[in-house]
Amino acid sequence: MADFYFQTKDLSVGYDGKPLIRDISIGIEKGEIVTLIGPNGSGKSTILKSIARQLKTIAGTVLIEKNDLKSLSYRETAQKMAVVLTERIKAELMTCWDVAATGRYPYTGRLGILTREDKAKVAAALEAVHALDLAQRDFAKASDGQRQRVLLARAICQEPDIIVLDEPTSFLDIRHKLELLSILRSMAKENRITVIMSLHEIDLAKKISDKIMCVKGETIGQYGTPEEVFREANIRSLYEIKQGFFDPVFGSIELSKPEGEAKVLVISACGTGIPVYRQLQKENVPFCAGILYTNDIDYRVARLLAAEVIEEKPFCAISDAAFEREAYWIQRAERIIDAGVEIGNGNQRMRDLLILAEQSGKLQRGWCR
Amino acid sequence: MKHPANDIMGVNLRRRTRYTGVFLILLTAFCVIVVLNINIGSVPIPISKIAGILFTGEGDARQVAIIWKIRLPRIAMAAILGGALSLSGFLLQTFFLNPLAGPFVLGISSGAKMVVALTMIFFLGRFGMVSSWALILAALMGSLVSVGFILLLSRRLKHMAILLVGGIMIGYICSAVTDFIIAFADDADIVNLHGWSLGSFSGTSWEGVAVAGAVVGITSALVFFLSKPIGAYQLGEAYAQSMGVNIRAFRIALIVLSSLLSACVTAFAGPISFVGIAVPHLVKHSLNTSKPLIAIPATVLGGAVFCMACDLIARTAFAPTELSISTVTSVFGAPVVIAMMMKRHRER
Repeated sequence: MADFYFQTKDLSVGYDGKPLIRDISIGIEKGEIVTLIGPNGSGKSTILKSIARQLKTIAGTVLIEKNDLKSLSYRETAQKMAVVLTERIKAELMTCWDVAATGRYPYTGRLGILTREDKAKVAAALEAVHALDLAQRDFAKASDGQRQRVLLARAICQEPDIIVLDEPTSFLDIRHKLELLSILRSMAKENRITVIMSLHEIDLAKKISDKIMCVKGETIGQYGTPEEVFREANIRSLYEIKQGFFDPVFGSIELSKPEGEAKVLVISACGTGIPVYRQLQKENVPFCAGILYTNDIDYRVARLLAAEVIEEKPFCAISDAAFEREAYWIQRAERIIDAGVEIGNGNQRMRDLLILAEQSGKLQRGWCR
Repeated sequence: MKHPANDIMGVNLRRRTRYTGVFLILLTAFCVIVVLNINIGSVPIPISKIAGILFTGEGDARQVAIIWKIRLPRIAMAAILGGALSLSGFLLQTFFLNPLAGPFVLGISSGAKMVVALTMIFFLGRFGMVSSWALILAALMGSLVSVGFILLLSRRLKHMAILLVGGIMIGYICSAVTDFIIAFADDADIVNLHGWSLGSFSGTSWEGVAVAGAVVGITSALVFFLSKPIGAYQLGEAYAQSMGVNIRAFRIALIVLSSLLSACVTAFAGPISFVGIAVPHLVKHSLNTSKPLIAIPATVLGGAVFCMACDLIARTAFAPTELSISTVTSVFGAPVVIAMMMKRHRER
C-alpha cells in the first residue's frame, strides 16, 4: 500500500479479546472524509473506538504519518485526534462554553487554566459551529442539536489533524444535519482535517464522503469512493433490503413499492409522473408506468415505485415490444392516468397509444383524485 | 457594537464575582463558627476574652486549658474531617458521575468502620492502646474493600440506582458484622467502640489533629493537583481519554484518594453521614459551577464549616447530653439529598 496519511494494517477490532471485525486495511489521505456505513450493530462504533484508542485493538496497527498510534503518548494522541461520541454526557453545572473549553485540555498546563489565547480559540471554535451565542447556556438544558454542535466545537478546540465522529447526525433535525455536515466539509477541505465518521443516512454519506467503508460481517465489505461503493445491489445486500429503494444516482431513498399486480397505468414523461407515483404509493395502489425512456427522470423514480415499468432505450423510436406491452396494460388497467407527455419524432407512437387509452374510457387526464 | 466575545469576558467577570462572594461567605462563616464554638459550652467563655487567650495565651488558667486542650483541638478536628468528608463525596460523585454518590451511601464508611472495629478490639485486647496510624490504615483497608465491591457491582450493573442500593446493602452488611464483633468484645472495648461507632469529635487530642491534618492536607493537595483530569472526567470516561487522560491511572488515583479521605474521617470520628453528598451539592450550586479548580477548595471549606456547625449543635443542643455527630448531620443533610432527588426527577 502506498503511503497514506492515516492507515490501518490488518486491523482486527472487538471486545474482550474476541475479534468482531478482522483484517481492516485502509488508507486515508489528509483532508479526506471517510464514512462508515452499515446496519445497526455491525461494528461501526467498534471500529471508530478502536481507531480513537478507546478500545484496545486485537491485532494489526493504526498508523498516523507512519507512526504507530500505540507508540504515541495519550497527550500526543489527543493533540492529533479528537472525537465526538454518541454517548450522552452528564455535564453537571457546565455551560456550553465550559464543555467546549475542555477541548483545550491537551494544551493547557498542570492545572488546566486557560490563557487568553486558549479562550480566543474556544470562542473561534464556537463561532465556527454557529454556537457562540450558546456559550453561557447550561449544557444540560441545551437541545440535542445545540449539544452536538458544542461537542463539535469541543473537538475543534482540540486542534486535531483527525476528527472521529460516531453518528454525529443522530438526534439532529434535517437543518442541523446539513449544517453539521457542511461544517465538517469545510473543516476537511479548508483546514485539511481528516474526518472519519459513521452515518446512518446513506444518502448524505454518499454526498459528503470521499471514501465509503461498508461494515458488515466479519470483514469490511467494500472500501472505496462513493461511486464505487454506492451501487444499488451493494447497498441492498449491505442492509439486507429486499426491495429496491435506493437510487444510487441521486442518493434518494424511497419507501417500498405497493405489493400486488398493477391496477393503474400511468403515462408520463419528463417528471410529470413523479407526483402521481408518490400519491399512488401513499394510497398503496400498485401501478404500471410507461412508456418511459430510461434517461427520463420519471424512470428513475418509477423503477423503485412501480410494479412494472415499460421502458425504452433513450432517443429511440418506440419498439413493437414496448408498444404491445403498453397496449396490454391499457386494456388491463382499472384506471389510466395521463400525467402529460410531450410527443416528438422519437415517441410518436405514443399518440396511437393515447388514442387507444381514450377509447378504453378509463383515461383520466392530468392528476386529480 | 455588542460582540459575543466581549460578552464572554463580561460573563467571566460575573462568574468570578460570584466565586469570590461564595468564598467570602464561607470564610466569614468559618470564623464566626470557630468563635461560637469556643464561646459556647458548659463553661461559657466570653467572646471578649477569646482573642486574648488565643493570641497572647494569657487569661484565666481554667479558660486557657479549656480552649487549648478541649475546644480548639475538637474544632480543628471537625474542620479537617468535615473538609475531608465532603471532598471525598465530591470525588466519588465525579467518579460515578452521580451526584448522589458519597462515602456513607456507598457503604465505604461502613466498610472502614468494620475493619477499624476489628483492629481496635485486636489492639486494645493485646496492647491496651492503638495508634492513629494503625486506625487510618485499618479504615483505608475497610474503605478499599467496600469500594472494590462497589466497583465490581458497577461493572456488572450500569444502572446508578442499583449501584446506590448495592452500596447501602454493603453498608448494612458491614454494620451487621461490626455489631457482631462488638457483641463478642470485652466490656471495656465496647464502651470505647460504642461512642466511636456512632460518630463523635469528642475527646480529640492535638496528636490526632496533627495526624489527621497531615493526611487530609496532603491528600487534598494531591486532589487539587488532579483538578485538570477531574474536569475532563466530568464529561465521561471516553471523552477524558480522548483528551489525553490516562484513565486507568486516574481512576485508581481517584478511588485511593477518596477512600483515604473518608478512611481518615472514620478512623478519627467514626462514620458521619450525608456530609459527603449534601455539602458538595450545596457548594457547587452556590458557585453555579462544578469546575474542580474552584469547587475543590470551596467543597473543603464548606465541609469544614458544615461539620463545625453540626458539632456545635451536637455539643450544645441538649447539653449536658451530647448528640452523636451523625444525628445532627443527618437532620441537616438528609433533606438536602431529598430535595436534590426531587429536582433531578423533575428535570427529566
